[in-house]
Amino acid sequence: MDMTFSPKEEEFRSEVRRFFQESLPKAYANKIANGLDLEKAELQDWHAILNKRGWLAYDWPKEFGGPGWGPMEIHIFNEELALAEAPRVLAFNFKMLAPVLMKFGTKKQCDHWLPRMLDGTDWWCQGYSEPGAGSDLASLRTTAVRDGDHYVVNGQKTWTTLGQHANMIFCLVRTSKEGKPQSGISFLLIDMASPGVELRPIRTIDGGYEINEIFLTNVKVPVGNLVGEENKGWTYAKYLLTHERTGIALVGDSIRKFDRLRALFAQEKASMDTQERVLLSARIARVEIDLNNMNTTNLRVLASVADGGAPDAESSMLKILGSEIHQELDSLILRTMGRRAHAYLREDFSSMGASQPASVYFNNRKLSIFGGSNEIQKNIISKMILGL
Amino acid sequence: MDFKLTDEQQMLTDTLQRYLQNEYSLTKRNEAAHHSDGFDEKHWATFAELGLIGVFFKEEDGGFAGTGFDVSCVFETLGHALVVEPLADCTLIPGQVLAAVGATDRLEEIIAGTLRLAVAFDEYNTRYDRSQCATTALQTADGWVLNGTKAMVKFANQSDALIVSARTGERPDQMSLFLVPCDVGGLSQTCYSLFDGGQAADIRLSDVTLPRDALIGERHGGADLIGIATGWGILAVCAEALGIMETIKNVTLEYLRTRKQFGTEIGRFQALQHRMAQMLLEIEQARSAVINAAAAMEASGIERDRMLSAAKYSIGRIGTLVAEEAIQMHGGIGMTWEYDIGHFAKRLSMIDHEMGDTDYHLSKFIELAAE
Repeated sequence: MDMTFSPKEEEFRSEVRRFFQESLPKAYANKIANGLDLEKAELQDWHAILNKRGWLAYDWPKEFGGPGWGPMEIHIFNEELALAEAPRVLAFNFKMLAPVLMKFGTKKQCDHWLPRMLDGTDWWCQGYSEPGAGSDLASLRTTAVRDGDHYVVNGQKTWTTLGQHANMIFCLVRTSKEGKPQSGISFLLIDMASPGVELRPIRTIDGGYEINEIFLTNVKVPVGNLVGEENKGWTYAKYLLTHERTGIALVGDSIRKFDRLRALFAQEKASMDTQERVLLSARIARVEIDLNNMNTTNLRVLASVADGGAPDAESSMLKILGSEIHQELDSLILRTMGRRAHAYLREDFSSMGASQPASVYFNNRKLSIFGGSNEIQKNIISKMILGL
Repeated sequence: MDFKLTDEQQMLTDTLQRYLQNEYSLTKRNEAAHHSDGFDEKHWATFAELGLIGVFFKEEDGGFAGTGFDVSCVFETLGHALVVEPLADCTLIPGQVLAAVGATDRLEEIIAGTLRLAVAFDEYNTRYDRSQCATTALQTADGWVLNGTKAMVKFANQSDALIVSARTGERPDQMSLFLVPCDVGGLSQTCYSLFDGGQAADIRLSDVTLPRDALIGERHGGADLIGIATGWGILAVCAEALGIMETIKNVTLEYLRTRKQFGTEIGRFQALQHRMAQMLLEIEQARSAVINAAAAMEASGIERDRMLSAAKYSIGRIGTLVAEEAIQMHGGIGMTWEYDIGHFAKRLSMIDHEMGDTDYHLSKFIELAAE
């Protein structure tokens, strides 16, 4: 047992920290600190800064243009990124589609699509959910029918995050109605500029705009845009979701958020009466302890991955823990803000404390819903770990 | 970063596990635990022979290991089998007091399994706070005179002597520790059984006269020594609780897989699956809490105490959940003396009443942050 990072890892951490200190534009960090979204051009600019350093696709292997880091280095980078309040890189490109292409795509597909992610040519979004296929994703009904060297796609996708910025979408489509619902699904790459693709915004409860619905009407997609084999898409989709979930322990983000909560509480506690202060500080201490424990749980999973283990169902555990802890932190920031949490501020009012805590709180209710709701994660744990 | 046991730790836990599997049945454990002795001398002798007690102490103190992880891996294994022999109460905790003051002669006997000491640190009026007490020790020309009552001294009647905390100054925290033979005049014991097996006693001290060298360590030095020893005790019961939770998890899982109702295994019902999944991830969090505490044993005062409080809080909260959920998921059979699960659940629940419960340690965690 050894709970310390090696000198090499500590050195790596300093190098990453120095990079963020020197290269992260203050304006972006301020936006992230205050729960505001970056404009498309701003995130692209940040991508370019990271790419110049070779760290945009920081969890890719060397052969595909990444730095080839191990799980511990990736974890340290993630943590430092969160502590610096740096914007996260676009997950759809780098953490979701890219691993699927590397594992199941052809060399030609990798050579074509991966460099375009790095140089900013393509902004991907995800076409998984449908109005009738949420948690029951395998019941999706968007169809792709082979017609010569094209597929013709018809259907509707929804909850498409940042679809308004995207020029490409990776979709799960139905190519067969035979057998189990899971066995007739294919993984297709679709150009958003194709005739028949229509995007409509969905406004979320926090008043923000980050998700969309997408209508696909007789959209022609070249067969070369099929990833892997026809009707094997469910395997690729599950692989992608496992990747999506490993980042979602949100350890670094939660540590940063906890620091903000502690500072806010220190500032506000003089105005509370004794019992109120006691009750609130107990809640804060509980989440701090849960977060400490989760940090170690996360490191244990990482260490086992570094030793060659697979994170499969453990990532479901981390997703549940990570989302619940993060949501509790949002709830506590809201609570600590007191009367001021009532104001609906759409700009940077950071001088007043944490700005728009209510928006962040409501926006982050998504954490226990997306990427497979926490209830679905428990189904996965029951099946994969408990064997029930 | 490495979460694996060392080869030595692995070998030791394997040996211990084999012994417990072959020789330590729950039925016999319960017979001994609920008998007036409270445990089985035969097992005690074997544990000492296996060298378990030496694992708790560093080489310079006469042991051969002594890190937090050495202690936690042994107690987790003991927890798996619900071992009742008082290795924490009568060797680890008093032994750490002796180690801290360099009393290696007596520690040697403890490590050999030939000396058992019980710790009398608790009193009813101070709840879980061992840093103060009402029992007094007056210095005389020849030594000391002790007066007062100590509460819930585990396995006092099965021990050779007690380590007693008593006030030696004006302030309640000016305490010292004394080695008190159980047969000394003026000492009376009220013995009773414990709910989860084992024995304890309330100790009444009426003008108990002790020689000068009964003082352990420095005068007024008691609180620090109690802090160190209790820290080790907390780590031990947290690890024990983790082992108990693992067993409860396995037994409950087996039950969900085999018990049939409505024509199918009850583990097929989602209401139970989700509760079981929640139990699993909470136990993983408990394991992380124990690892954090074990690692912090090397750290300095406040950092160490804070991690220990975090662990004891986590174990208390999660232990209660696991105990209650396991009984609920078993239904009626979980309520019986005959079935295993209840005995594990009872110990788990009572661990929350030793050395500070969930609320006590949460509040201590908050206080330590404020310092």
